[in-house]
Amino acid sequence: MAELTATQEAFGQRQITYREAVAEGIAREMRRDPAVVCLGEDIGAAGGVFKTTAGLFEEFGPGRVWDTPISEQAIVGAAMGAAMTGMRPVAEIMFSDFLACCWDYLANEIPKVRYMTGGQVTVPLVVRTANGGGLGFGAQHSQATENWAFTVPGLKIAAPSTPADVVGMMASAIRSDDPVVFFEHKGLFASKGPPAPPDHVVELGKAAVVREGADITLVALASMVPVALAAAERLAAEGIDAEVVDLRCLIPLDVSTVLASLAKTSRLTIVEENPYQGGWGATLVSVVADEGFGLLDAPVRRVAGECVPLPFADALEERVIPTVDKVMTAVRTLTAY
Amino acid sequence: MVTGDELLLLYEQMAVIRRTEKAAHDLFLSGLVKGTTHLAAGHEAIAVGASAALRADDYVFATYRGHHHALARGATPEECLAELMSRATGLCGAKGGSMHLTKASAGMLGSYAIVGAHLPMAVGAAWSARLRGTGQVAVAFFGDGATNIGAFHEALNLAAVWKLPVLFVCENNLYMEYTAIADVTAVARPAADRAPAYGIPGEVVDGNDVVLVQEAVDRLARRARAGDGPALLEASTYRHYGHSRADPAAYRPAEEVERWLKHDPLDLARGRLDGLGVSAEAIGAADERATAVVQKAVEAAKAAPAPDPAEALTDVWADGGAAWRN
Repeated sequence: MAELTATQEAFGQRQITYREAVAEGIAREMRRDPAVVCLGEDIGAAGGVFKTTAGLFEEFGPGRVWDTPISEQAIVGAAMGAAMTGMRPVAEIMFSDFLACCWDYLANEIPKVRYMTGGQVTVPLVVRTANGGGLGFGAQHSQATENWAFTVPGLKIAAPSTPADVVGMMASAIRSDDPVVFFEHKGLFASKGPPAPPDHVVELGKAAVVREGADITLVALASMVPVALAAAERLAAEGIDAEVVDLRCLIPLDVSTVLASLAKTSRLTIVEENPYQGGWGATLVSVVADEGFGLLDAPVRRVAGECVPLPFADALEERVIPTVDKVMTAVRTLTAY
Repeated sequence: MVTGDELLLLYEQMAVIRRTEKAAHDLFLSGLVKGTTHLAAGHEAIAVGASAALRADDYVFATYRGHHHALARGATPEECLAELMSRATGLCGAKGGSMHLTKASAGMLGSYAIVGAHLPMAVGAAWSARLRGTGQVAVAFFGDGATNIGAFHEALNLAAVWKLPVLFVCENNLYMEYTAIADVTAVARPAADRAPAYGIPGEVVDGNDVVLVQEAVDRLARRARAGDGPALLEASTYRHYGHSRADPAAYRPAEEVERWLKHDPLDLARGRLDGLGVSAEAIGAADERATAVVQKAVEAAKAAPAPDPAEALTDVWADGGAAWRN
């Protein structure tokens, strides 16, 4: 992948970072729809602690990009009230670990209000948050928490892996009349890819087959997609032809694409950064066991985070988060089955 | 100042709420209401007085003790009681129940049963009103117990910093659930005494006097609409029933109960009506109309069908469905 990127740049194709894509995706929607407003900590003139809102304050001004106090409940609760009354707020929770500070809104309020009022209100909001490990921030700023949201009926969950998908999925998320939790992976912010074409929209709930293969299906999300792709490249040298599915969203869950891939490969490994206990892969595997058992020629393997808090040191963090080597080991076991 | 005719209308609304709550209580005892109820008998003047001071397009957010706010904003007793009785004709199609009465078409944007959670929502609705330039005000009604939860403080601070058109109205009935608010709160006035910390007005009003409530909310709402920011109003009141259906409220001293029952919102309004020259016959007629409308509502709700079980899998998403996968 690194060589490919270098080649594309040598030929003059512009690359943008995942980080730039976040701001680009939001800006496109703010230009299109005056109801889109942003709120969060340090997102204004500071451009966000990860610079994912860089340029928004300059372009749209303080009337549409609002700095807040460190008050996660007020941020997400206010976004909810604004969404119920005609706006399309985009709220930033700086680190996904902090979702726990406003979890009531994501567990009890936002996903339930439409249902418990018999459909009287809609909540068209996006909660964006920097998710996952790999940067050495320690246990309270590194966790992959997408599985938290996955336990709550009533939330849509997006977790893109490429800059173009960030832009396209941000468009869908902001235009969605349903609440969307948008996980931006910290480990991918500096990664680069082709820019999104104009008016790029990626429908939520559509997985992408990012590498075709015949021997095994690797299903991954966010920063685990490049891990799965790197494993697939190295496995190819061993004669194992892996297909890689970038799930892109957890809700809606694109079961069809996974089952269609299994119809080809008959083997499945899931690569997920959240802990094995309660990780999203367990639900996907249960669907496969229920509806795709006849497609399988081998057991299913989940390469997931270890069931411990995220440690600080690189050597320890690497032991906990899925790596290329761990994926390769799992795949070899299954293809030899 | 309110006229006799205007006050008579407010009185009749309060009478309807009082009778609806009594009906809810009786229906629960007869097994027709399941779960629990948090009745607002005694709190009527706060909902009716505030509502009378608000515009039709203003936003109201209430708590699980919220029947009076739904009714004051225009929900019918039949819609409310049908919801409590798990009928398809209920306000929320029987998906919400007693704690979640909502009439969004009348700006009553919900009753929330996680203490304090709706204060930030009201802040957001006020922010939205300001962004859209509509001149609307948002009001969060909450109990005294909510004043010690984080969301209350986060909401007050953000509303003050952004100078939003939002009113925080505390219905202080002296008890959180079973514990006196005074026993667990660092200040004497659990809501109003917190206002200075956020640089906003904090007023106390007799929450059982509908005229005083209307005047206070009118004044604070005008101020908010004029761009002068949020305010906090602490309305003193008292529950006529326990906290919820399981609670006989034996922890309240008999002398205290007696004193407050003598300070009944309906009695106070009757006294004012008398002073304004409204005849006893006119008041009696309002009482009779209230009785009749609630009786009719009970009968209609009893006769209404149960929800279609298929409705359990609707209304999760904006498209009306509940699909989480393909």
